[in-house]
Amino acid sequence: MALEESISEEAAEELARNETPARRSGLSEFWYYFSENRGAVAGLVVFALLVLVAILAPLLAPHDPNIQFDNAQLLPPAWTSGGEWRFFLGTDAVGRDIFSRLIYGSRFSLFIGIVVVAIALLGGVTVGLIAGYVRGWLDTLIMRIMDVILAFPSLLLALVLVAVLGPGLVNAMIAIAIVLQPHFVRLTRAAVIGEIDREYVISARVAGASPFYLMTRTLLPNCLGPVIVQAALSFSNAILDAAALGFLGMGAQPPTPEWGTMLAESREFILKAWWAVTFPGLAILVTVLAINLMGDGLRDALDPKLKRS
Amino acid sequence: MSEHVLEARDLARFYETSSGAFAKPATVRALDGASFDLEAGRTLAIVGESGCGKSTLARVLTMIEPPSRGELTIDGRTVSGKADPKLRQAIQIVFQNPFGSLNPRQKIGAILEEPLKLNTDVKARERKRRGLAMLERVGLRAEHYERYPHMFSGGQRQRIAIARALMLQPRVLVLDEPVSALDVSIQAQVLNILNDLQEEFGLAYVFISHDLSVVRHIADEILIMYLGRVVEHGSAKEVFAHPTHPYTAALLSATPVADPTREKNRIPLTGELPSPLDPPPGCPFNPRCWKAQADCTRAFPPDTGEAGHFAACYHPLAENETTA
Repeated sequence: MALEESISEEAAEELARNETPARRSGLSEFWYYFSENRGAVAGLVVFALLVLVAILAPLLAPHDPNIQFDNAQLLPPAWTSGGEWRFFLGTDAVGRDIFSRLIYGSRFSLFIGIVVVAIALLGGVTVGLIAGYVRGWLDTLIMRIMDVILAFPSLLLALVLVAVLGPGLVNAMIAIAIVLQPHFVRLTRAAVIGEIDREYVISARVAGASPFYLMTRTLLPNCLGPVIVQAALSFSNAILDAAALGFLGMGAQPPTPEWGTMLAESREFILKAWWAVTFPGLAILVTVLAINLMGDGLRDALDPKLKRS
Repeated sequence: MSEHVLEARDLARFYETSSGAFAKPATVRALDGASFDLEAGRTLAIVGESGCGKSTLARVLTMIEPPSRGELTIDGRTVSGKADPKLRQAIQIVFQNPFGSLNPRQKIGAILEEPLKLNTDVKARERKRRGLAMLERVGLRAEHYERYPHMFSGGQRQRIAIARALMLQPRVLVLDEPVSALDVSIQAQVLNILNDLQEEFGLAYVFISHDLSVVRHIADEILIMYLGRVVEHGSAKEVFAHPTHPYTAALLSATPVADPTREKNRIPLTGELPSPLDPPPGCPFNPRCWKAQADCTRAFPPDTGEAGHFAACYHPLAENETTA
């Protein structure tokens, strides 16, 4: 009919040739949006430096973090009167070099962040996928449990869990992971519910995909955007919570050079030796700030609703 | 007569809706009693306006949803609740929206190979060979195999979706408005490919559309639906030449014809499409029908007309009445 006359085979082929793929590929598009956010790039740089410091700690640290120097207790930083250049940021109450302890402490902070986020992510995404896919009473049950966990102040719940499990860095990490997990469950579930009725999911079902295949291969890759952002922000939360637990004596135990524990050890000298609390505090602040900035940039780059184009 | 690859008998699909804790749950009869046969190599067009149950029928046919009533036989196998991989492979679907039907995180190659991976033991190399062959068959090039869906235009994506649906070599392909999201020029291109593929593989098409000019171009048989009911069914030629159900006549008179010298005798319809929650008694078309009489509100009319072309109407149009 009219359709046949309006366009011949050749013209159709010509049209097909002129349809050009014009959009950026995934990674370069990600970098394009990420690099527009200067704070995010700064955060990434600081975070990369931190990772380098943690890896190269034995090379960078001037002293062993646990060696106590005689007659060098509570020395002020090098540039103030009474300071010594071999202890750049001063020493603590038992004569350990604060600079070296901070460098080694970055290892603990990163380790805590990675392990906590890995546990929370794995558990949260699995539970969230199941809840969003299955729905019904199982979904209701899971979400009510998550609501209960969220209803507690996170640090209080972590404290209770550590009190049950016993103090120590590993138990503190498990407790923090449990506290952070509901966020991942809710995010994943919401993303799954948003995607599950899309045509490509139905198309996979018509092609014969099993529920397990649908959840892990079809749905999961399309739900990861917000989860990655949450993981980045949880990373800083984990470091902060671990430092808080360390400060309260429930996390890493002395003489571990963990930043929160260092704060706790120096608390009684806060008026006499400001440097012993200031530098660990600053380290926590800079790390958390950098990771949060990076997380914001990630969200901007991965959230399609914010994209301008 | 060749074999029937698709047999539907009295298919129905109802949805329960609850409008609050205290309200009585209502039933939407999205599809109510559709019966038809389809032979290999032929195209059955399902036509009707929005909300008439076309897409519900597509979902029931492709076993995305179970029918509430009726029986469905695909390629000699009766559809039951149990999963049957052979049955699964016999019927595939192409969706309306080519921007939603391809997984944005998969490369075109993975999209094409997925049905084979899920249903067969074909080796990776052979899968890739078949995927590439199918890609070329729908007019795309081998270099497109490693790209992602967002790099393609709507027409190209729709061709990829068609290629994916054909990877399992189905007997029946359900096309749920496959061209209505595309430009007219691209529509022709996709329709031509569909025509070629049908000849090559002996496919049976269930072509769902509301665009009558496309249907006229591609259909062998037509099923007209209104509010979940089949109101007219016959060969495309017959239905277009002599519609017997008043609704069909009104629908046909509303299609634009590219001929300025032809006189227009459009049948205007009054009123709105009734809510499927509360369909009118008897023939669902009776509130809007200009031929409606008292008996039209009594019960759903039985099929009238000779074999091969019938309408569900108490007062079908005579041949001389229809000039469409």
